[in-house]
Amino acid sequence: MSARDRILAKLKANAPSTAGELPNVADWYATHRSVESQADKAKRFRHFIELAHAEVYSVSRGGWLQKLWEVLDAKQLGKLLVAPGTAHGERAQRELAALGIDCPSYGQAIESWKSAMFNETPAGFTAARAAIAETGTLILWPDADEPRLMSLVPPVHIVLLDAAHIYNTFYEAMQTEGWANGLPTNSLLISGPSKTADIQQTLAYGAHGPKELVVLMIEDNLQ
Amino acid sequence: MNAPQTPHALHFMPSEGFRARSKAVVENPFLRQSFRGAMDFLMSKRAAQFPDAEELESLRTLGERIRQYNLAKLPDLLVQLETNLTRNGIQVHWAETPDEANAIILGICQKHSAKLMVKGKSMVSEEIELNHAAEAAGIGALESDMGEYIVQLAHEKPSHIIMPAIHKTKQEIAQLFADNVPGVDYTDNVDALIQIGRNVLRQKFLEADIGLSGVNFAVAETGTLCLVENEGNGRMCTTAPPVHIAITGIEKIVEKLEHVPPLLSLLTRSATGQNISTYFNMISSPRKPGEKDGPGEVHLVLLDNGRSQAYADEQLRKTLQCIRCGACMNHCPVYTRIGGHAYGTTYPGPIGKIISPHMLGLEATATMATASSLCGACGEVCPVKIPIPELLMRLREESFSEPHANPAMRGQGAGYSRLMTSIWRGWAAVYRSPALYGAVTWLGSRFGWLMPSKQGAWTSVRVPLKPAPKRLRDMLRERG
Amino acid sequence: MSSPKPETPRPSDVYFFATCVVDQFFPGAGMDAITLLEREGIRVHFPEEQTCCGQPAYTSGFPDQARKVATLQLTLFPNDWPVVVPSGSCAGMMKHHYPTLFAADPVRKAQAEALSVRIYEFTDFLVNVLNFKPEDSGSDCTVVLHTSCSARREMGVHLTGRKLLGDLGKVTVAQQDHESECCGFGGTFSVKQPEISGAMVEDKVKALKATGAERVVSADCGCLMNILGHAAWKDKQEGRATPSLPGEHIATFLLRRTAQ
Repeated sequence: MSARDRILAKLKANAPSTAGELPNVADWYATHRSVESQADKAKRFRHFIELAHAEVYSVSRGGWLQKLWEVLDAKQLGKLLVAPGTAHGERAQRELAALGIDCPSYGQAIESWKSAMFNETPAGFTAARAAIAETGTLILWPDADEPRLMSLVPPVHIVLLDAAHIYNTFYEAMQTEGWANGLPTNSLLISGPSKTADIQQTLAYGAHGPKELVVLMIEDNLQ
Repeated sequence: MNAPQTPHALHFMPSEGFRARSKAVVENPFLRQSFRGAMDFLMSKRAAQFPDAEELESLRTLGERIRQYNLAKLPDLLVQLETNLTRNGIQVHWAETPDEANAIILGICQKHSAKLMVKGKSMVSEEIELNHAAEAAGIGALESDMGEYIVQLAHEKPSHIIMPAIHKTKQEIAQLFADNVPGVDYTDNVDALIQIGRNVLRQKFLEADIGLSGVNFAVAETGTLCLVENEGNGRMCTTAPPVHIAITGIEKIVEKLEHVPPLLSLLTRSATGQNISTYFNMISSPRKPGEKDGPGEVHLVLLDNGRSQAYADEQLRKTLQCIRCGACMNHCPVYTRIGGHAYGTTYPGPIGKIISPHMLGLEATATMATASSLCGACGEVCPVKIPIPELLMRLREESFSEPHANPAMRGQGAGYSRLMTSIWRGWAAVYRSPALYGAVTWLGSRFGWLMPSKQGAWTSVRVPLKPAPKRLRDMLRERG
Repeated sequence: MSSPKPETPRPSDVYFFATCVVDQFFPGAGMDAITLLEREGIRVHFPEEQTCCGQPAYTSGFPDQARKVATLQLTLFPNDWPVVVPSGSCAGMMKHHYPTLFAADPVRKAQAEALSVRIYEFTDFLVNVLNFKPEDSGSDCTVVLHTSCSARREMGVHLTGRKLLGDLGKVTVAQQDHESECCGFGGTFSVKQPEISGAMVEDKVKALKATGAERVVSADCGCLMNILGHAAWKDKQEGRATPSLPGEHIATFLLRRTAQ
């Protein structure tokens, strides 16, 4: 018998006869969380992610690129990793180049440029799929166009978020989007820049991931 | 710098030494003050996260219900998890013992000719003493969580499951870095210290052949491994190296993805008083064709190591509800006095006292259950309502009762003493009989002045106990 | 948690379960509690056969011995009167642990459950059943209240002691640091782990003294034995002739403050 079979046999021999009803998670959220307007959710999202030390800028659908440029300029960043396979990445690459920003793309598998990613990539620009108001959380589903390390390795991570896609809770996000039917290779909740309090409970930012997290939040026509 | 070459202290120290170790800490005013300050900080952070008592109570009830539901279905869910992970391309391994788990992990390392494994925070990897086994096999195992990195540099072990280096001051860490990290001068500026760690470890993430992580929740219906962290080292370990190995105890499973949000909320709020951790990392497959990063191989090692023993008993099974938030230790007056190392087990504090006997046997952990005043602070804050005091009493009974056939636990009867049992029998004989009780307490009240001035451990810090010259029943009789 | 509803009828009779600690070590506290109840017009019955709730053996891992002792107490309260216990810890044992202790014995389990609903911790009974409103006849003073862990977490009556003291017009109740933390008694814990227990009681006494209160009041004599025992030991160590932290059961304090 394998370890697997022995473990399962032991558990099966002693499992309770019934697990009872499925826990009613929906009911808890229905009674403890209220429905809010998109504008209120945007406000709460901003409040919490700012508490976690992220910078948030309100932008318009047409005008976010200007703000992106201002952020890069203020931080004296001349280089930004972008995802030209996406509409926002393509636009950033096209328009920022004209403003003198070097916009390399994540064109090849990481193995061929891992050292450059770790040592020569000061900032990355991605979109967020959605966000969560009650915890100030960005939801990212990295993919072939916007791979996982883009939001992790560069010391500055700049995120474009459409405030129309803010959910009240994590639960609401996964239920509305039907996550249980299938998840991507990696899905992420990000709620601020990397941090640690491992030395004498003193909070320090920039432990291993981005030291700075910047959110460009599109707030056109919020209800 | 390289992964430390000196062998680590092994985690486990037998509980016979517990009293001596705890004595050493309580007699150190500096450590006493430092643990107290740290626990006060964590308690106030948690309290601030739960301003609404009704919400907290209902969320704890939901958390308890979710954990009990999933434990009840555990064997089925393990199979479902395995099926879905396998379908997603994640390789599943099963280990009954720490040795088996180490062999599986090192086997994967050797297949890839790995030289360096970077590790995200994983208490299960501490439980199996993986770093020790890796070193013996010539594989560098480097901790990357800042706290874990610090204790590894110091050749120590974590003293807290969430805050591994909580026993160290920034000055000690500053000295440790200055002594061990080439090119680094002494600084006790916390930001500077973190940047030193960041710079060292970034290079290691880049070079590592293997990334190892724990798992906070494994979701059976989707085949997903969830990790909670703040630093980003967990994401590094699970994304940057070509191979990711996750290890978890078999109990960390939930059936439904929707079970995760309530547990996550309870976990981060109870642990560090955060409404959510900086990162919540959900991994459902290795790198797919066309994707440009992420490990090409992902493995999950499912470890039993005594959990199936706890599972077999309805009461002891509640131990497995734990989501490893550490709130029980933060609120424990005993942990606050002695810190984590005194326990001598991977998991310290109240949860350590109730889980360790299943991993190590009661022989080796018998005295741990006695190190509680049963004040109930742990049970009161437990986010999934594990009745820790009840379980401690049960473990006392398992330990002190006469060894018998078919015990519920390995090492049952390890603390059995004929003398102690006789004393309690004698006590019961007196207290179950009004006549004997009357006679004994009458003698006590008349001859209380004969009570010795030294009453064992009681009088080490207290005046001796002396029965009153008249018992309540005497006073009532006199009153008529 | 278990506080009775305010509409619990005011009984004419109650049983008094003194606890072995009060009977032998704090008989005055027992007398004062009985006197207070009687002054409220309640007939108090003290079954002479009573000994101990069985908790020492129960928490030490000897449930069989605890059961033998508890079995005796089960038989002592035949009438349907409340059972008032001047200790949160012993009350918690009888109210919450007796049903578990007798889980395997249907007859005794039923008895234990029937008894359980009649068990009242003393301050809880005063406040929530008798609606006791003390008239303070003493002079200004500051006290500090220590509530036992069982009273707080098992019986959920940590507010009743505070309310009783708060109702005394001239008494200020000081707030100690780490109020809800255990004093370190824990029955046999105090002798099995004397270093840790000693550190806990040391910190507790320091916190109580730091309030500047003239005395500590508690509804649990186990805690008082530990706290006052350490305070007196410290006084002796440091050569003080008068106690730096005197203390007493809340019944004694209430009776003295409300003497007519």
